[in-house]
Amino acid sequence: MISIKNVSKWYGNFQVLTDCTTEVKKGEVVVVCGPSGSGKSTLIKTVNALEPFQKGDIVVDGISIADPKTNLPKLRSRVGMVFQHFELFPHLTITDNLAIAQQKVLGRSRDEARAKGAKLLERVGLSAHAAKFPGQLSGGQQQRVAIARALAMDPIVMLFDEPTSALDPEMVNEVLDVMVQLAHEGMTMMCVTHEMGFARKVANRVIFMDKGKIEEDCSKEDFFGSPRGERAQLFLSKILQH
Amino acid sequence: MGQYQWNWGIILEEVYGTGEYYYQWLITGLGWTVATALSAWVIALILGSLIGTVRTMPNKWLAGLATAYVELFRNIPLIVQLFLWFFVLPEVLPEQMGTWMKQDMPMPEFITAVIGLGLFTSARVAEQVRTGIMALPRGQRYAGQALGFTLGQTYRYVLLPMAFRIVIPPLTSEFMNVFKNSAVALAIGVTELTFQMRQITGEYAPGNPIEVMTMVSVIYLIMAFSVNRLMAFIERRTQVPGYISGGSK
Amino acid sequence: MDFNFSAIVDSKDFLWEGLKYSASLTLFATFFGIVFGTLLAMARLSSIKPLNLAASAYVNLFRSVPLLLVIFWFYILVPLISGVQVGADKSAYITFAIFEAAYFCEIIRAGIQSISRGQVSAGQAMGFTYAQNMRYVILPQAFRNVVPLLLTQTIILFQDTSLVYVVGATDLLGAASKVANRDYIPVEMYVTVAVIYFTISFVLSRLVKRLHTAIAVIR
Repeated sequence: MISIKNVSKWYGNFQVLTDCTTEVKKGEVVVVCGPSGSGKSTLIKTVNALEPFQKGDIVVDGISIADPKTNLPKLRSRVGMVFQHFELFPHLTITDNLAIAQQKVLGRSRDEARAKGAKLLERVGLSAHAAKFPGQLSGGQQQRVAIARALAMDPIVMLFDEPTSALDPEMVNEVLDVMVQLAHEGMTMMCVTHEMGFARKVANRVIFMDKGKIEEDCSKEDFFGSPRGERAQLFLSKILQH
Repeated sequence: MGQYQWNWGIILEEVYGTGEYYYQWLITGLGWTVATALSAWVIALILGSLIGTVRTMPNKWLAGLATAYVELFRNIPLIVQLFLWFFVLPEVLPEQMGTWMKQDMPMPEFITAVIGLGLFTSARVAEQVRTGIMALPRGQRYAGQALGFTLGQTYRYVLLPMAFRIVIPPLTSEFMNVFKNSAVALAIGVTELTFQMRQITGEYAPGNPIEVMTMVSVIYLIMAFSVNRLMAFIERRTQVPGYISGGSK
Repeated sequence: MDFNFSAIVDSKDFLWEGLKYSASLTLFATFFGIVFGTLLAMARLSSIKPLNLAASAYVNLFRSVPLLLVIFWFYILVPLISGVQVGADKSAYITFAIFEAAYFCEIIRAGIQSISRGQVSAGQAMGFTYAQNMRYVILPQAFRNVVPLLLTQTIILFQDTSLVYVVGATDLLGAASKVANRDYIPVEMYVTVAVIYFTISFVLSRLVKRLHTAIAVIR
């Protein structure tokens, strides 16, 4: 589904990604973790070309990102993304947040888009809030809306960029529950997250990044059983301490 | 000062030998002030939004051009810009066009003032619009793109609706400025409010300048107040529930 | 058409005199504008109601009317009140200082309001009087915060001085216009002053921008 091949990226002279290679197969859930500044958020943003890269290529469902002929907006419309800070559109109601891209990008009718949005909103348990604006919801609620908004586009894969790290602790679980449910339904997912409980529960593979490099790329069992690298061990021990 | 003959009724008196009254002159002046300011504002708003938006675009070349535009119109005094349009442009254009501008163009003073004031103000509007767009979190642009919006759609549906709400307070003061700056048009002969005041106090009723100047000032104050109320109304109407705008008071 | 460069060179001394007048008007109005503006800002933030109201009225009045109108006001009023024909060149000094004070006031007020309550309390806790607190704690910080804004306002002020041309003062534009009419070379003269205004304003605004970044780094 996603194949990342030898991707390198620089900001000026500073290299943020070094020769990253991995893949996400259909139906797989891959968790990406690593210390802050390790390049994991940058890597996931290269998958739908929100961040450009200078070397290598990424192929999503057979389409090359590096190919200048690729219609990026069209490709992105098939890849769902959930952001750390939700990024709902503050000037639109929840209903319109869910509908606008369906209408303007996929060309669905207003009724069709709203019906689809309403169904997904029910699924994340927020039907009662359809007429509100994002600023009137809690962080956890906003993030669930953001997941519904991405799902409304019928994505072939979902990207999660630290979806719970901006949330108050008591709201983390409501969001993770939605993600777990998605994983169980067979959605292909790539998640940048520190939630190791989530990784244990649903991940097929875990990728560990440090200083712009992929240091570990292995099955969940191997990663939690015996990470090979020293830095991954250190990271795990720090994160699992409490 | 002691011998100053107060006469607040002067406004109702006839201008000697013209059959017209002073208040009529002031009303005509007010009409030209409003016409100049509003027409210039339309130009400024359209062009300024466009140029401010282009300045935030990823295309370096286009953004650089828009920056040059803003710097050019911001760093030359308005009155000098009006002189350039009025006295210099017809001379440097091909002869036929120059002659047309000087002889056949309808209402040359008014049109020149509108265009000159419009372009001058557009550079300031562009700065405000750019600031508004830059004030949005970068994630909003990402979120629009991640949903498959093209660059144009991202601006149309995501960035500009919020940016314009943010810039309403600074645009209010630009809108007020356009009324105040329209007075500069008297320098090329537009018979707006301050022009009329100068004419009355200078030639026709030199004995009562304080009364006339006071009345004209009050008219400007009323205009400023009206613009302020209008913009406050628009700001209230466009408010987003649950969103605290950083710019408003 | 031919651009007559030699005519510009011939008039350079006269233009230089005009530019010196524009500059001295700018500096005078900036200095007194900031002094009056600071007093006005303190009055606007004061808890003494009449003082507060009077300062607000002053600021709102001058910010609501065109500068050109104010220029006429003083051009006519100063001789009327003083009984002396001071002339356009001199009355402009008073006009600009009084007018710009309203604008400087608002900038300085924003600067004072940007100082946290904690700083005010800390000063009071050390036993400073109101004046001492302003002098040693609040104003120094407030000014440092708004230096770029004050300088930007000065650049705007410099451009605005060109309006004194309308009452016949010989500033840079006034000088150019006099030459333009005498020798009938409007194109050369107005293009020249446009280039001069642009160069000065542009270079100064670049410098202010660099200063702004430098201050941001220090903080």
